[in-house]
Formats: sequence, structure tokens, C-alpha cells
Amino acid sequence: MAKRVLLIEDEPNIIEAISFILSRDGWTVHTHENGTSAMDKVLALPPDLIILDVMLPGRSGFDILRDLRATAETAKIPVMMLTARGQARDRELAERLGANHFMTKPFSNAEVRDHVRELMEAT
Amino acid sequence: MAIDAIIGTRIRDRRMDQGIRQANLAKTVGISASYLNLIEHNKRRIAGKLLSDIARALSVPPEQLSQGVNTSLLDRLHSAAANLSATVELTRAEDMAVRFPGWTALIVAQSQQLSALHDRVQVLNDRMTYDPELAGSLHEVITAVTAVKSAASILVSGERIDADWQARFHRNIYDDSVRLAASSEALIRYLDTPDTTGPPQTAPVDEVETALAQVGYHIAALERSGQVNIPKLVEEMTPRSDPAADLMTRFMQTYHADAAKMPLAQFVPAARDADYDPVALSHQFLVPVDAVLRRLASLPATDGHLPMGLAVADASGAMLFRKPVGGFALPRAGAGCPLWPLFTAFGRPNQPIRAEVALPDASAQRFLCYAIATPVGAAGFDAPPVLHATMLIIPDPAQGTTESIPAGVSCRICPRTGCAARREPSAMR
Repeated sequence: MAKRVLLIEDEPNIIEAISFILSRDGWTVHTHENGTSAMDKVLALPPDLIILDVMLPGRSGFDILRDLRATAETAKIPVMMLTARGQARDRELAERLGANHFMTKPFSNAEVRDHVRELMEAT
Repeated sequence: MAIDAIIGTRIRDRRMDQGIRQANLAKTVGISASYLNLIEHNKRRIAGKLLSDIARALSVPPEQLSQGVNTSLLDRLHSAAANLSATVELTRAEDMAVRFPGWTALIVAQSQQLSALHDRVQVLNDRMTYDPELAGSLHEVITAVTAVKSAASILVSGERIDADWQARFHRNIYDDSVRLAASSEALIRYLDTPDTTGPPQTAPVDEVETALAQVGYHIAALERSGQVNIPKLVEEMTPRSDPAADLMTRFMQTYHADAAKMPLAQFVPAARDADYDPVALSHQFLVPVDAVLRRLASLPATDGHLPMGLAVADASGAMLFRKPVGGFALPRAGAGCPLWPLFTAFGRPNQPIRAEVALPDASAQRFLCYAIATPVGAAGFDAPPVLHATMLIIPDPAQGTTESIPAGVSCRICPRTGCAARREPSAMR
């Protein structure tokens, strides 16, 4: 069975593009657009990798990441953070909270695909 | 350097400016050239008739040779050095201010300008980082760019794509390009609009202090009993920024409340009778000591009262209010001397402290300080303690009350050695 990627992002056209790229690369892509219920979605799946946007409606990606790492069932799931803010302190915060990779928008499709492959191989 | 110690330097400078030979000046005033030489090198004290004779010979008023430098200018020069943590000859600051008053004023002005610019940069930096409108616009632009770039990359990748998907990505690119154009226009409009509501050139607390300094920290309109239109008064005094107006409103509300409890007509004679003793006045008017300290500092300077400065700080050391008084420099944040009663009061909340403070400069100026730390906010069980300390500063008390506390202004410019309160090395050399 193909490994599952959960994309937590609220921009429909970015969701569509990333879903297309990763599906073509052989991953099963699930999407979720809301920060508030993101943890429920993760626990229900659970995915092999999470792509997590920082700015989400309801709850920030950093808060979700903090919960992911504090929850036994999700603590080990690789997380790739997406953000439109490339500031050093956001990157540092993501690393401190346990993100496996931090990617700044606008990213390239190849960059997304390569890092997903890399993280999946490490699991 | 003490005043006495630089009179000789001034004589020498004036004489050389006028091209008078040392021997000729000595002959004119009836002393030997070697003695004048000792005077000019500050190795002999000079006063009285000889000083008058030399001044006359040099065609300058004697006080121009003997009087000290403007203490306010000297304070600001010290602050300029402290602000930049500059390693300079602080012990010769007075000498410089006397000999080069124009250059000294320039240094002070530049330092103040630098501080104002620093504050402005900080404000703009905060705006770039935290302004929700700017952050929102940028986020919108970057999001649209990301979506366009991603969809366009898929279309030009050369891989075979279903017609349905192709159509979807074309539509997405069009939608995002429209969105990008709109968000870019919004961003340009935002950046092109002058920041009329933005922060001023100076910090709000500085605005308030400048406005208060202009009226001598005494606001006659607030001395009237009954209702006072504080918003109107605030508008008249600090029109430049909302934070400053907010600070000024709080200041005026406190001032008006203090004035109501201690009306000027009764307070002035009582203060004179009590020799400005805040605790005695507190008992007489049945008001807290910190209110008396504020009230004393608000007395009109024109009525022959003692000059009095005031400082209010919170427990972090941040200065919440400063009314400067000559010779006692009050830093805005975190750079004062922890030996000041203002800070030691935090160790004994609600207990008034009276102490004499001696500063380490050559004039060894003494200041009588009254301080008290009091809780602020509504009382509540287990609430975190929030204290404000208030200190009244009276320069040159008539006679020593107790042994003076050997304090400083700021560690950076304090020459004292062996001080347990020192937090950084001194730049004095």
C-alpha cells in the first residue's frame, strides 16, 4: 500500500498542485484545510508524513506541531513545515518544536517532491 | 575634574587666544611668570583679587573663568557617552564642556538625534514585523505566487497531463494571477500611503516628558477643583501620537487626583512649614507618601521652592516617569544605579526611605532622596506582586542627614571601585 501524506493547508490551489505532484510520485495524498480539527484528522488516519502550513484558520501550524510531538501516537511522524514567512525565528521555532524540514513559500515542486521522498525513506 | 582645577586651563586658553605672553600677563597682575605657570597648569588654587585682576587683564568677566559648566549640558554629555557605551575620557568631560561648549552641544544634539533615529528604526522594524495589514498583504502575495509557480511548473514539466487537469491548472493560474494583481495593488497602496497614524519620531514617554518639561511639570489647569476636561488638555499638550496621549491622560488623572487631595493653597505653606518632609505632609493631608512625592515634584518652579526631580520605576528597573534635576541623570531604561533608594525601596515595600546619595564626580554633589515602593492595581489573593517605586530627588541638601550612599549614575560612567552593585566595567579612565 502506498504511503500516506497528509497535507494540512488552507489554500485550495496550493493543495491541488501539491496533491497532483505527490500523487504522481506514488504517494496517497489526504488533505485537510482547518487548524482546529487537524489533530483529529491525524489521529484518524494516521499518515506516514505530514506537510503542515504555519498559517491556518483556527490554529497555527506551530501549535499543531507541538501537539503532534506531545502525543504518543503522532510523536514520530515526520513533519515538513510550509510557511510564507522565512524569518530565522520561525525556522528556529519549527526546529525546536521538532519539525523535520522547513520550507519557505514560494517553493519549487521538485523541492517538495525530493524532501517528501527523503523523509519517507527515513521512516 | 573639579571647577577649581580647570580655572587655570581657562586662563591659559584665554591668554593664548589673545596672543598674550605668559610673562606679560604675569607682570600685568603683579605675579611671577613661574607662579602664573603653576596656576595655568592647575597646580595652584586661585580666587579673589588675583582672579579678578587676571580676568580684567584678559577682558573677561571673572565668573567666566570661575563658574562651573552648565550641569544640564554635562549630564547630557555623560548620557551621550553612556548611550553609545563609548570609551571616552569621562573624567575630562567638564573640561571639554567648558573649553568647547559648541562642540559639546553638537555631540549632545547628535546623540539625541541618534537616539530618536534609533527609536524610529525600532518602530519601523516593529511595523514590518508585526503590522497585521502588511503581514496579511505579503502573505496574500506569496501565497498567490506559490500557487501560480506550482501550477505553471506542472504545466511546463513536459510530462503528460490529462486534459481535465490541464484545464484545472490553467484556470487556477488565471484565478491566482487575478488574486496576485489585486493583492499587489493593495500592497502598493499600503506602502505608498503616508504613515499619518504611525508612531512619532520619539518614544511616547519622551513626548510626554518633553511636553511636561515645557510647563515645568506644573499644570495650572489641573490645580482647579472640580471637573477638568482632561482629554482637551491632553490634546493641547501631546497631539502627536495615541500612545503618548494615553500616557499623558494617565499622568493628568493622577496629577488631578493628587491636587484635589492636596490643594496648592494649603499644600504650599504646609510644605514650607514641614521643610518639604514628605512623611509629615502625608500625615497632615492623610494621603500616601508616593502621592506627596509626586505633589512636591509638581510645585511651580517660580515660587522659590527647592528644585526637585522625580523618578518612577517598576520592579524591572524600567523608568516609567522622569522629571530630571540638575546633576542627577536618570536613564530611561535599565541603566541606573541599583544603589539608588528608588531601587532599594523594592526590598521594603510600603516603607518610606530617606537617604542621601553622593555621586562620584568631582563636585561630589549630594542629593537627598525620598523613596517608597507601593503596590499597584487592585488587591487580590495570590496575585503576582506589581510594585512601582517613586523617588523624589532634592539636590544639595542644606546639611547632611546621614552618611551618604556612594552611588553613581550608571555603571558605565561610574569610576567607583569595589562596588558590589557593579554590573559592567566602567569606561572611566
